[in-house]
Amino acid sequence: MSAPALETRGLARRFGGLVATEDVSMRLERGARHALIGPNGAGKTTLVNLLTGTLKPSSGVVLLDGDDVTGLSQHSRVRRGLARTFQINQLFANLTPAESLCLAVGERLGHGRRWRAAAGRDAAVVAEVEDLIARFGLADVMDLKTRTLAYGKQRLLEIALALACRPRVLLLDEPAAGVPDDERADILAALAALPAEVTIMLIEHDMDLVFSFARRISVLVAGRVLMEGDPKEVAVDPRVREVYLGEGRND
Amino acid sequence: MLTILFDGVAYGMLLFVLACGLSVTLGLMNFVNLAHGAFAMAGGYAAAVLMNRYGVPFLATLPAAFAFSAVLGVILERTLYRRLYGASRLDQVLFTIGLVFMAMPIANYFLGDQPRPVRVPAFLSGRFEFAGIGIGVYRLFIIAVCGAIAGALQSFLIGTRFGAQLRPAVDDRRVASGLGIDVDRLFAITFAVGCGLAGLGGALAADIVGGIDPSFPVKFMVSFLIVVAIGGSNGILGALLGALLLGVLDVAGKYYVPSIGAFIIYAVMVATLIIRPHGLLSRGSGR
Amino acid sequence: MSVALPAGAVSAHLNRKARWRPIEIVFWLAIVALIFAVPSRALLINEILLAGLFALSLDLVLGYAGIVSLGQAAFFGVGAYGAGILANAGLTEPILGLVIASLIAGALGLATAPLLLRGSDLTRLMVTLGISLLLGEVANANAWATGGTDGLSIALKPVLGLFPIDFNGQRNAALYSLIVLFILFMVARRLVQSPFGLSIHAIRENRLRSGALGVSASARLVAIYGIAAAYAGAAGALVAQTTGLVSLDVFDFHRSADVLLMLIIGGVGYLYGGLIGAAFFIALRDGVSSATPEYWEFWIGLPLVVLVLVGRDRIGAFFAKAIATRGASLIGGGAA
Repeated sequence: MSAPALETRGLARRFGGLVATEDVSMRLERGARHALIGPNGAGKTTLVNLLTGTLKPSSGVVLLDGDDVTGLSQHSRVRRGLARTFQINQLFANLTPAESLCLAVGERLGHGRRWRAAAGRDAAVVAEVEDLIARFGLADVMDLKTRTLAYGKQRLLEIALALACRPRVLLLDEPAAGVPDDERADILAALAALPAEVTIMLIEHDMDLVFSFARRISVLVAGRVLMEGDPKEVAVDPRVREVYLGEGRND
Repeated sequence: MLTILFDGVAYGMLLFVLACGLSVTLGLMNFVNLAHGAFAMAGGYAAAVLMNRYGVPFLATLPAAFAFSAVLGVILERTLYRRLYGASRLDQVLFTIGLVFMAMPIANYFLGDQPRPVRVPAFLSGRFEFAGIGIGVYRLFIIAVCGAIAGALQSFLIGTRFGAQLRPAVDDRRVASGLGIDVDRLFAITFAVGCGLAGLGGALAADIVGGIDPSFPVKFMVSFLIVVAIGGSNGILGALLGALLLGVLDVAGKYYVPSIGAFIIYAVMVATLIIRPHGLLSRGSGR
Repeated sequence: MSVALPAGAVSAHLNRKARWRPIEIVFWLAIVALIFAVPSRALLINEILLAGLFALSLDLVLGYAGIVSLGQAAFFGVGAYGAGILANAGLTEPILGLVIASLIAGALGLATAPLLLRGSDLTRLMVTLGISLLLGEVANANAWATGGTDGLSIALKPVLGLFPIDFNGQRNAALYSLIVLFILFMVARRLVQSPFGLSIHAIRENRLRSGALGVSASARLVAIYGIAAAYAGAAGALVAQTTGLVSLDVFDFHRSADVLLMLIIGGVGYLYGGLIGAAFFIALRDGVSSATPEYWEFWIGLPLVVLVLVGRDRIGAFFAKAIATRGASLIGGGAA
């Protein structure tokens, strides 16, 4: 039985007296479609930051493909195949989507040290960039500065960038957040088209998206995992309903 | 040796009065005012002109120097500085360097390039011995005046309503504004006081540094920055500590190891910033 | 839903800045022509070229790495004294002296770069300033090596044994400087177009995101700072070699401030800004100071203040629009 793609054991994070994450243990098998839901302030983004290495845990371990990566920096984990998107777009405002993707692909291929040839001369890199642009529908904006793009396109770029790292594990932090209705379909289609062998954890408030995408769901409340199960179980669980009572679909 | 210490403390107190405005400006408005030395120069010149051309007695020139620089500060703050409060660090640096580049030739044009003295009156000159320490009367005067100013500032900040508004505004401008504090007015007054103190310091320093000349801002700007760098920008205490440290190190260094000159203070500054990037007394996540 | 990508479009877009534009070729040829056409002004041209190289080094630091430095003179001075001391110690072959002095400056850059990674912009300002002033004091204190306040005077062999660059060879000196500048410029141009250069740009744009793509920002920034330091060192060494003199003012705050102003005048982030700014600054200085020798600084300060108040990007955008109609968008594009 091979190691799970992503695993945490007893992960915790405290900020002084505030407990943001407590005793979180989860296992994501390879190719998982896992969603993390919970009310606002439950600590979902903190958990993502712990997984990616942006935050160091107060206790517990993070394992990537069975290897302990708890002590590794963010960029080291990226090199081991862990990528993420950000809840608020973190893009390169004055680079174009093509350039941003070129950077991402190039870094993955270890070109960061190359200083002599122009970034766009490597055929392999260009081919990958073209593929990503096509897959995410960015062809019409690929040569415009990112800050001029519509929000939905920026969101697509956000996901494309993470995917350019060819991650084995991908963490998506509210990919559909703030996206206008007419651009949502593109996001949903992009998510559905993600490669099957990539292990994906999705944080979302949009329950339609969660229930259509996820095969397993963890519910995080006040930093602790309330329950974990498949969509049917979660939907009918009384504790979950109580937590979400009063929370509309659009927050 | 205690004499050196005494002289160092005097120099340090002087630096404190000169630099505390810069420290507060940085801490309050997050603004790097490299032209701060120009306000000191202005005050020094005001004192020199009043004394040399109009025969105003020394002690009376001091408040005049304060007032002159403070008014200058208000004018420049209202017209120019306030447009750049949100600007990038680079823009602040460029702007204030530009002001210095303008201030020095202006001083040169109106007052020539020879150092203007501010002669200390007879009753403040001379030295005497006390417990084995050689005490210069003027230096003693400086310590007294600057110490009184430091004390007044501290009690003002703690005791008055203005001070009570200033401290939260330093911490978080937006929240303070949301609490109904008139941040604009706060800035203007604080900046003016800071400039005024610089002017006063310039007048006091004139005799020690051999007169006020147009290159004063550049010569001393580095010292002011060092005070702020070492002391952090968190307020009076930090600026005082930084200034005293710098004063003592500078005087002692130049006495004991004259060949090294200013090396010691630069090295101390760099070392401090390496270990504590936001100053010795900073709370860690300063500016 | 999605528009089809024409073949080669991405490649063309990514490489758009790599091609040499006609205006660039004209630029460099014009300088060569100028040196031959007006040999009596070779000294001035040399000064502009070397100030331009110095400003280029600051462009790498400020425009590309995004580090606000008030102490680039540190490396300039190390290069100058390095070349001077080497020459006086017997190494009178200019090119070798130049290379070694630059490498020493570069090493200093690599050593001090880690100090700049923590802390705020203000910290960086102070540390860079402090280091340059520190070195000035060290140079002052070690008069046995540096000549102290008297400075050093240097005598060198002709370049490649053929071209004297001393007082009688001012045109040669200008050409020597131009060739070195051109080579270093070419290297810098490649550097900023490369994957490494792209990552530097990305670090400046969004450090968090670049980390999330696997970029180790610290290492990259140290590297480019070291390269820039070597460039500044080269400029200092060339000044020493072509003027035959080194004095303590190479470490002055004024040097660091002037080069910053030159770069700002010319424009940050597209490599040519330093050269253009140096030309303007020195022309202005010479022009104005012959009219008002004591007060020329005022005429540098005033435009600078106005420039900042109006907004550097607004002025930049204004000029960009004015030039854009001719279809010439200059090399870079990343503003500071």
